[in-house]
Amino acid sequence: MPTMPMNVAIRSALDVMLGRDDDVVVFGEDVGYFGGVFRCTDGLQATYGTNRVFDTPIAEGGIIGIAIGMGAYGLRPVAEIQFADYVYPGLDQLISEAARLRYRSGGEFTAPITVRMPGGGGIHGGQTHSQSPESLFTHVCGLKTVIPSTPYDAKGLLIAAIEDDDPVIFIEPKRLYNGPFDGHPERPIVPWSAHPLGEVPDGHFTVPLGSAAVRRSGEDVTVLAYGTMVYVAEAAAEETGVDAEIIDLRSLLPLDTDMIEQSVTKTGRCVIVHEATRTSGFGAELAATVQELCFFQLEAPIERVTGWDTPYPHAQEWDYFPGPARVGEALRRVVDS
Amino acid sequence: MSDISPLRFHVPEPPARPGEQPDFSYVVVPDAGAVRRPDIHVDPAEIRDLAYDLIRVLDDDGRAKGPWAPELDGDSQRRAMRAMVKTRAYDDRMLRAQRQGKTSFYMRCTGEEAFAVGQALELGPRDMFFPTYRQQGWLVARDWPLVEMMCQIFSNEKDRLHGRQMPVMYSVREAGFFSISGNLGTQYIQAVGWAMGAAIKGDTCIASAVVGEGTTAEPDFHHAMTFAATYRAPVILNVVNNQWAISSFQGIAGGEATTFASRAIGYGIPALRVDGNDYLAVVAATRWAAERARTNGGPTLIEWVTYRASAHSTSDDPSKYRPADEWVAWPLGDPVARLKQHLIVDGGWSEEQQAQLEADVETEVRTAAKEAESYGTLLDGRLASSKSIFDDVFKEPPPHLQRQRRQLEG
Repeated sequence: MPTMPMNVAIRSALDVMLGRDDDVVVFGEDVGYFGGVFRCTDGLQATYGTNRVFDTPIAEGGIIGIAIGMGAYGLRPVAEIQFADYVYPGLDQLISEAARLRYRSGGEFTAPITVRMPGGGGIHGGQTHSQSPESLFTHVCGLKTVIPSTPYDAKGLLIAAIEDDDPVIFIEPKRLYNGPFDGHPERPIVPWSAHPLGEVPDGHFTVPLGSAAVRRSGEDVTVLAYGTMVYVAEAAAEETGVDAEIIDLRSLLPLDTDMIEQSVTKTGRCVIVHEATRTSGFGAELAATVQELCFFQLEAPIERVTGWDTPYPHAQEWDYFPGPARVGEALRRVVDS
Repeated sequence: MSDISPLRFHVPEPPARPGEQPDFSYVVVPDAGAVRRPDIHVDPAEIRDLAYDLIRVLDDDGRAKGPWAPELDGDSQRRAMRAMVKTRAYDDRMLRAQRQGKTSFYMRCTGEEAFAVGQALELGPRDMFFPTYRQQGWLVARDWPLVEMMCQIFSNEKDRLHGRQMPVMYSVREAGFFSISGNLGTQYIQAVGWAMGAAIKGDTCIASAVVGEGTTAEPDFHHAMTFAATYRAPVILNVVNNQWAISSFQGIAGGEATTFASRAIGYGIPALRVDGNDYLAVVAATRWAAERARTNGGPTLIEWVTYRASAHSTSDDPSKYRPADEWVAWPLGDPVARLKQHLIVDGGWSEEQQAQLEADVETEVRTAAKEAESYGTLLDGRLASSKSIFDDVFKEPPPHLQRQRRQLEG
């Protein structure tokens, strides 16, 4: 099986869908001739033409607005927002329009759109190229929110998102484009070609939205993570020797509550990890869900390890980023209590 | 330095407030037929002056004048008249229903009927109209059943939107009428996307989008202009300038300094500024823009100059902010009265026939209301089922919505 970095896996998903379905169109800032600032659409315009893959004006509200209109017409648009940090001008179109079009029209009009955006930090992007806005989307009824952590999942989930008949927010952890990242910036970058999860089949396959994956089986504590934090949690488990069961949620909405319930019922303990700021973050939803489903099995308070409630700083990135040391401390506290 | 005076803050004020004489001296009304009609594929740069002019066809005597006078046979004119009169009767009936407590809310389009009716009758069956909440005339003109419309107003058991939307926020795909959002301007850019989709697929249908003059301040308006211009999208971008955005006169949207049509100039989009109460001008300008769009000439912005004769909605009281008789003084008159005058002068129509038409549609509206009310209103509480609130959030309800549905059902 070929190995490919995550950005190439994403390109492969787009390639597969552009090839299979004439209604798929791909557009965004710099995605056409140039192929995107992260190269996720490199070569697609040359293959499929400017009718199918094209550059847009710098207007996220406009990009999402035309996606909705094209979707209502009958296309299956895939829009790229250059950085998740730039999506806010498009929120009205996502929240008030894409998420509710099916509902408010009684199913007459729908928005089968996928909105891709690189999220998360770890690339010295400062406060405008590092944010993790996933909880803004999970709070909106009518949107699905997906965050892959491997090239295989990125391709399979993206194909599933494009084929889904409802709007899907697809957040790509940009620190993972070129290799897994365990939260140790001082170590050399490991390429996906050297990682077993870098193997990605050619052609069409899907990973269903709403199914989580166990990345590490364990008995002592369940770690709920997604995106870059999956690898940070793995590093923390290894460094502390805590026998953690690490669940990669992959899809925040729909959420695989069955897998969460099974795991926490088994371990009796839970640590939730995300890069996003803490207050009203998705971790709060996860903590509430775990206590609703597993209250009588819990043997320790649920812990959250998250970004601080500050803007994402530039020079102090590694003080902000919830790295293996902080995750490890939480693991120890939870298993020791 | 000594002659620097303090800065002054300018907040536009309308020319007349309650108790004052209406003053429409800011509306310059050229003679009917005075504005030239350019070729469909004219370079936008050559018609910038039209953004500051006013295309009119019907003169004060009801005669069609000048190059914009459209070919429109008597049957088509009478059909338009019937749709406008029916829309007005429907509005009056629904206003009464709201006053009687049968619905929570209503919005009339009185005085603005010509635009929606004209576009409904001139655009094709596969074209898509992206309306605001004041274009019910489109549905009436397309002969969409009044009972269906009223069931939406009453949110009753037969409301095809299952009581999810406020009254008047219709969605009728079969009639080429896109779901009304209720958020202002959001659909303008969606119409551009819809039109881009049609162009990408090599289709032959076009889109027509509507905002009021107040909403031209929203970013979506400017997104739509940018994207429509960039991709030469086959779309008509309509600005219905009815002078009032709830209590804010058109100056609050920037209308003191320029016209809304002139917004198009900076985008390189051709602009027409049209007498929106002149049915023949509505037909003519719509045909011009539709043909341009359909022949790959791209978008046209049309400012329709009209007047909101009614309150913004049943929750609004215009006597608090504008002269009560302003509508009477509106220099472009009433679209129904003007088309009637034209039909009488030129189409073998009579006051008696008009009176008969009004009586006929009154009966039709009353009969429809009786039937719609038989399916339930706010008064009798026979509303759309609560069970349906979980449907259509997604195509298939994910597990968390299935759980919540079970909780609601007990």
